Amino acid sequence: MATKTIFEKSIKTRKGYTLPKCEIDNNISEIFPNDILRKDPPRVPEVSELDTVRHYIEISDKNHFIEKGFYPLGSCTMKYNPKINDIVNVITGFTDIHPMQPEDTIQGALQVMYELQQDLAEISGMSAVSLQPVAGAHGEFTGVNIIYNYHKNKGQHRTKIIMPDSSHGTNPATSALHGMEVIEIKSNEDGKVDTEVLKDVLSDDVAGFMLTNPNTLGVFETNIQEIAKLVHSVGGLMYMDGANLNAMLGYIRPGDMGFDIVHFNLHKTFSTPHGGGGPGGGGIGVSEKLVDYLPVPVVKKKNDVYYLDYDAKYSIGKVHSYFGNFLVMLRAYIYLKMLGDKGLKRVAENAVINSNYLMAKLLSEYPVPYQKNIMHEFVACGKKFKEYGVRTLDIAKRLLDYGFHAPTIYFPLIVHEALMIEPTETESKETLDTFAEVMLKIAQEAKENPELLKEAPQNTPATRLDETNAIRNLDIKYNFEA
Amino acid sequence: MPFISNTDEQRKQMLEEIGVASFADLLKGIPDELLIKHPLKLDEPLSEFEITKKVQELAAQNINTSELVSFLGAGIYDHFIPAAVNYVIGRPEFYSAYTPYQAEVSQGTLQFIYEYQTLICELTGMYASNASMYDGATACAESLILALRHNKNKKIIISSLIHPHYKQVIETYIKPLDPEIVYIPQKNGRIDMEKLMQEMTDDVSAVLIPSPNFLGVIENLEALEPLIHENKKALFIVSTDPLSLLLFNPPGKYNVDIVVGEGQVLGNMQNLGGPLLGFFAVNQKLIRKMPGRIVGATVDTNGQKGYVLTLQAREQHIRRGKATSNICTNESLCSLAATVYMVLMGKQGLREVADQSTIKAHYLHDKICQINGFQAANTAPFFKEFAVKTPIPPSEIISKMKHKGYFAGVDISQYGYKNQLLIAVTEKRTKQELDAFVNELEKLVEEV
Repeated sequence: MATKTIFEKSIKTRKGYTLPKCEIDNNISEIFPNDILRKDPPRVPEVSELDTVRHYIEISDKNHFIEKGFYPLGSCTMKYNPKINDIVNVITGFTDIHPMQPEDTIQGALQVMYELQQDLAEISGMSAVSLQPVAGAHGEFTGVNIIYNYHKNKGQHRTKIIMPDSSHGTNPATSALHGMEVIEIKSNEDGKVDTEVLKDVLSDDVAGFMLTNPNTLGVFETNIQEIAKLVHSVGGLMYMDGANLNAMLGYIRPGDMGFDIVHFNLHKTFSTPHGGGGPGGGGIGVSEKLVDYLPVPVVKKKNDVYYLDYDAKYSIGKVHSYFGNFLVMLRAYIYLKMLGDKGLKRVAENAVINSNYLMAKLLSEYPVPYQKNIMHEFVACGKKFKEYGVRTLDIAKRLLDYGFHAPTIYFPLIVHEALMIEPTETESKETLDTFAEVMLKIAQEAKENPELLKEAPQNTPATRLDETNAIRNLDIKYNFEA
Repeated sequence: MPFISNTDEQRKQMLEEIGVASFADLLKGIPDELLIKHPLKLDEPLSEFEITKKVQELAAQNINTSELVSFLGAGIYDHFIPAAVNYVIGRPEFYSAYTPYQAEVSQGTLQFIYEYQTLICELTGMYASNASMYDGATACAESLILALRHNKNKKIIISSLIHPHYKQVIETYIKPLDPEIVYIPQKNGRIDMEKLMQEMTDDVSAVLIPSPNFLGVIENLEALEPLIHENKKALFIVSTDPLSLLLFNPPGKYNVDIVVGEGQVLGNMQNLGGPLLGFFAVNQKLIRKMPGRIVGATVDTNGQKGYVLTLQAREQHIRRGKATSNICTNESLCSLAATVYMVLMGKQGLREVADQSTIKAHYLHDKICQINGFQAANTAPFFKEFAVKTPIPPSEIISKMKHKGYFAGVDISQYGYKNQLLIAVTEKRTKQELDAFVNELEKLVEEV
């Protein structure tokens, strides 16, 4: 059932708040000239607290979420979010502190940031970390901005960024924001970077190379050292999209592979909740030669006192109003301190085992074109179902009927009818077995009763939604006049 | 091991089914020298009880704005947040859902975003709003990128009364696009109109005016608009505090092209300055140039109303290098807090918050300016925040007042406003607190 919007539930003069009385006798109209004062108040609904809470609980019930069920979204690392992380939401010593407070009144907060910087540097094998970016793409922006400024500072005008054709959309979008020309190179038959093709496009106007490792096919780039060597040989920098860091925790480090910059998705790898699309955390780590380019401030420590250091020689400036998403950092901090080295290794092991196990279970019906060196996720191809008139989209929608979220679909672009599946380490064998059973059942349904898939989902709060209509008859806010 | 379900026995079974003898076999092919042979230098893992204790100890080392009476602002404000806001955003259905890519099982998220967009349009008087940006600073930066790409002009004009951190973020963001950036100086707390007029050449891409500006002053948008739009290509961009829009005419009324700003004041905690909430609203012409997610209403196969992400051809996952922005994850949960806050406070409550903050700020301003040596920094109309010139260095005032129980404000000497203290007042401050604060300031001056 569709739920009315909150605007349709408004009853004139109904209230959902209380405020203390203003003890100062004055009037807005006494303070300002009449012509700048607003005469037509915004049409904010007038509802009670119960109306409000009930409305949002009613619509919340229409969401899938990690506590409810499996979320095999490739590239998104939808692991379980430990509940301990959320104690931070109710500790006023964290929620009620202002970024302009004197440093001696936020020592606890600065310590958290300092230790998280140190721990992420150790985990990634980088020299220094900035926690300022608040999302993966924001980290990418910061990283590419550093690449841009690094070359500029050396008096070099480098205009090209190279990336494989399997890269995340944010990679070319970020490069374009820096006026860079994007060169996408074709992956080889193993789904990896083709070093021969790479050699062909390398030149002294290449600013950098952006790569996800394991890449978006879930495949580890086994030639990574050679790639780094080649890119470095022409003076380019190596950027690692850290979306898939989960697969390597405690085992392999971006710094050791030759990357100069890496971003961390705290809301993926480090278990902080996604909030339906943020807030996230997208801090970056950099190699020694780029430390002076980090955004300011960075948290430092001297004589057991933590302080904000604004003194970076070539700093790119700032990428956020203040220090980044502190509350997200805090959750990641708790998670890291509970896991330690052994726990992180266990995360990577189970993420990789779960992925390989699920792939083995599905292969009979869902071929995986790139299977060599599969790590934490894999990309299946749904092309064969086309003969029954069934597309990957239909398989995804049918999964919703069985109470699962769908995998990431139609990405990466180099696999036709792609189904990108990332189980994460927190899911149990039983969940994976059930999911595999359902996937195999859907494959049968596709062959025997394709309409079932094409008409899916039916057991969900809404059936398939008309996206074309949404664009043609654009309706992006409530129409009060209707 | 915490948060992992599979037992060792299950792992063994799974490895068998995969067809390998051990986990190490799954890493075959990865160059051996890349595999770390030593444990990472991290602390020994803590139990849930131990980390709880540790985190509480860390929190206790901070002094929070419930312990000291706070006059801190500069973009982040201590407004009251009703309990129901955090109750709703804490619901796991919202809290731990992913981006609403599968609309049929994300109607909750999609509907609240639609409602949020509506509310932002109502406040700003604009045609369309996106689902959120990282914060006010990046929203400003992206609005200028939109302009540079939209009209291909190269000159960006910004009021020098912009938040100094926003200025830094903007420069980091737009410099790679090689614009000419001109800052217009202030005249008595407002942008100098004559200087602005002189800079309004044909090659202007956009003019960015914060109102309230960094000093809390409301700009004269009515007078600015014709001046800026005399150049047909130039976009007029206003950055604002959404609560101010309850009192003052919204930018939409003045034909502004883009309205951006920091939405933390709408039901979000201070959180040491993050997470925050950037908002972004445009006129009808620019809707397809907007960065970020947009939710639209449509129907499902049963003809029932529902919501989807729409106009996605603007976004990175479709357009890649040609996208309007690289933004992907944004601040969705903060926009939910804003939505619930606005709905709960309602038409009257929001107005009352704005009224009380303003009346109290003006009361305090007048009282402080009566203290010997204190002086208004300007005489322009202000909202809930103002700058005063101080007889002793602001840093000294801040440090001494801390011991008396106050966060006295922000020392803006560091940003070039010599000997000025920036003081913000919200509806949470009582008359008694304001009077006591003035009293202590008086004593402080007498002591010197």
